[in-house]
Amino acid sequence: MRRLRGRGKLTEADVNAALREVRMALLEADVSLPVVKEFTNRVKERAVGIEVLKSLSPAQHVIKMVKEELINMLGGEPAHLQRGGGDTSVLLIVGLQGSGKTTSAAKLALHLRKKGQTPLLVACDTRRPAAIKQLQVLGKSINIPVFTQGDRPSPVDVAQAGVGHARHQGQDTVIIDTAGRLQIDDDLMQELEEMKSMVKPDEILLVADAMTGQEAVNIAGEFHRRLGISGVILTKLDSDARGGAALSVRSATGAPVKFAGVGEKMDAFEIFHPDRLVSRILGMGDVLTLIEKAEQSFAEEEAKDLERRLRKQEFTLDDFLSQMKQIRKMGPLENLMGMLPGMDRMKGQVDLSQSEDEMKRAEAIINSMTVVERRQPVVIDASRKRRIARGSGTRVQDVNRLLKSFEQMRHMLKNVGKLERELKRGGRFPQL
Amino acid sequence: MVFERLRAGLERTRSHMRDMLNTVLSGGRRVDDELFDEIEETMIQADMGFATAHALVEELRQRCRNERITDSEAVMPLIRDVVEDRLRQGTSDLLTDQTPAVIMIVGVNGSGKTTTCAKLAHRFRTDKKRVILGAVDTFRAAAIDQLEVWAQRTGADIIRHQEGSDPAAVAFDAIAAGIARRADAVILDTAGRMHTRSDLMKELGKVRRVAGKALPGAPHEVLLVLDATTGQNAMRQAEEFQSVTELTGIILTKLDGSARGGVVVSIVDQLGIPVKMIGIGEGMDDLRPFDAAEFVEAIFG
Ligand SMILES: Nc1nc2c(ncn2[C@@H]2O[C@H](COP(=O)(O)OP(=O)(O)O)[C@@H](O)[C@H]2O)c(=O)[nH]1
Ligand SMILES: [Mg+2]
Repeated sequence: MRRLRGRGKLTEADVNAALREVRMALLEADVSLPVVKEFTNRVKERAVGIEVLKSLSPAQHVIKMVKEELINMLGGEPAHLQRGGGDTSVLLIVGLQGSGKTTSAAKLALHLRKKGQTPLLVACDTRRPAAIKQLQVLGKSINIPVFTQGDRPSPVDVAQAGVGHARHQGQDTVIIDTAGRLQIDDDLMQELEEMKSMVKPDEILLVADAMTGQEAVNIAGEFHRRLGISGVILTKLDSDARGGAALSVRSATGAPVKFAGVGEKMDAFEIFHPDRLVSRILGMGDVLTLIEKAEQSFAEEEAKDLERRLRKQEFTLDDFLSQMKQIRKMGPLENLMGMLPGMDRMKGQVDLSQSEDEMKRAEAIINSMTVVERRQPVVIDASRKRRIARGSGTRVQDVNRLLKSFEQMRHMLKNVGKLERELKRGGRFPQL
Repeated sequence: MVFERLRAGLERTRSHMRDMLNTVLSGGRRVDDELFDEIEETMIQADMGFATAHALVEELRQRCRNERITDSEAVMPLIRDVVEDRLRQGTSDLLTDQTPAVIMIVGVNGSGKTTTCAKLAHRFRTDKKRVILGAVDTFRAAAIDQLEVWAQRTGADIIRHQEGSDPAAVAFDAIAAGIARRADAVILDTAGRMHTRSDLMKELGKVRRVAGKALPGAPHEVLLVLDATTGQNAMRQAEEFQSVTELTGIILTKLDGSARGGVVVSIVDQLGIPVKMIGIGEGMDDLRPFDAAEFVEAIFG
């Protein structure tokens, strides 16, 4: 507890405690176990011995590092498609059955056309019933040509013919939709290898379902070993899956996630942002955003002082007033509370979203109190309340309301303190 | 390259894990924390989830202590016991004594619903039963054509409307046709939907209600098709589909892949929905009844 606002270095115990929590969060988010192990080891190596930021507890500091490392691991910035030297760039879409290849191929075509390219979709899924028809219907709906030779010729031949067709027509981008396949299906993987050697794609994009579990690392690893994956399309991010598979896929292939599918509609397709997914994966009510916001808004010393007095149960009405002002600077309390695990439920129960008028009134009420009353509000009985109301030109109800808000805030802040202590001990997040 | 290193590391970890488990199996090891940690990791890697794996291993630890087990070889049967216990919920038989038996297939996008409908149809057809396939997925491009192909291959009748038409109306017509033609089974292929889309979930609830109007008591089976590759989100899927359609069972697909589908252990245990069938390929033959012992064997064996 002494080190909660420690200025010292991160000890191995600090790091282990925080990483236990991180490990659990990552596993529940479906990051593959070997990836989790590698990752936590790496963070540990880097974290132990590092100087703790003044305004953070050791646990917070570790989690901050974790977040940064995860974003780095996903490539940091959004990644873009590579274009080869030729006039026609070829994009090969591969993945497991049901991952969303056909839909993604069409969405990608639309995305590229919006950027001024002239894509051709090539239907090489000759296996699944009506897969070609599906691509044709989608192509028609977005007004993008679809090349097909039916389901008789081999997919490799169709792909080649499709690329030839695009070159002939002067289209600058070819997107090849292939049949879904298991990475352990040797024949079908060989077929893709052949296709690759024939059409020489500029990009081989693996379509991965964001809901994928632990096997993601093996699936992506094998696709990469056979084909060399250059990018990933992460689909079904409109679900409530945490999407930890993205990390597994990234570490197995080294390829960045380039796009995200976020719905069934053709325009439900986005450039992928690593930082957003990391918050989602960590899913800790985004303690970090809170940390960052707090860092910006609170004067460091003030925060430290408050922390100390909170722990000693010395939170006074003076502090209350200054906190209310701080919170107003930080934005609505509702937002702030949403960032804390378990706090969601408290939303609406605590109303501190005071208007400017209310703020002035609160200030007047507190200014009419004696020093003792501000420090120990318990002494404020009925007659004191009447005096305070008179002195501040308000009503007794107003005084009561303010005292109630004060209690609520004190309670809430106590829980924040508890949360930090729990985190530090490596315990679970307390249910607030 | 940092990724090369990471990848090499992963490979090491993986083969290390395999070796460790083999040692567990071969016996002669001490029953200690290390062993339990390894068992827990195996469970996690089969997608049982951190919390469930942890709870199961605690239970296992307790039992080993009570039964004074000191050899790792004796732990295996206990693991099977503990996990199978969680999986035993009701029966895996389909309720098909009604005529027609109305079976509604639901699930998220791409889980294998349409293929599963085909597999079920094929199963009935092999027993010379009459089957109606209802093309209730009127949303996804060419979904109706996909089912049509399967209807031809399996020799089932198909009831279809146009793309974009009301799914509940197709369900109603399919059941009405099933009654009129004295079919043994009516299988409804619904559109894939994210369990987080409340509008689409409502629509599914409506299909279910309308089925009940077409034939009181229908649907007799509402089966959630779950991709075995899915991680912890499968639990959320099961919960949401359960709340709008009252699931009678789960069909776990793509077990021919490398994923083990361990998340069903928590689903069965916590929601009490039995796994009835498994899908092990893309062909219409590739459907098997679920066998808990076999399933556990595939994870730990
Ligand atoms: N390997 C494998 N693939 C399957 C299995 N079941 C379905 N699929 C494939 O998964 C893809 C999506 O299946 P589909 O039935 O269209 O899914 P739906 O969108 O849920 O109707 C297709 O390519 C199917 O062939 C299975 O058990 N194993
Ligand atoms: Mg379908």
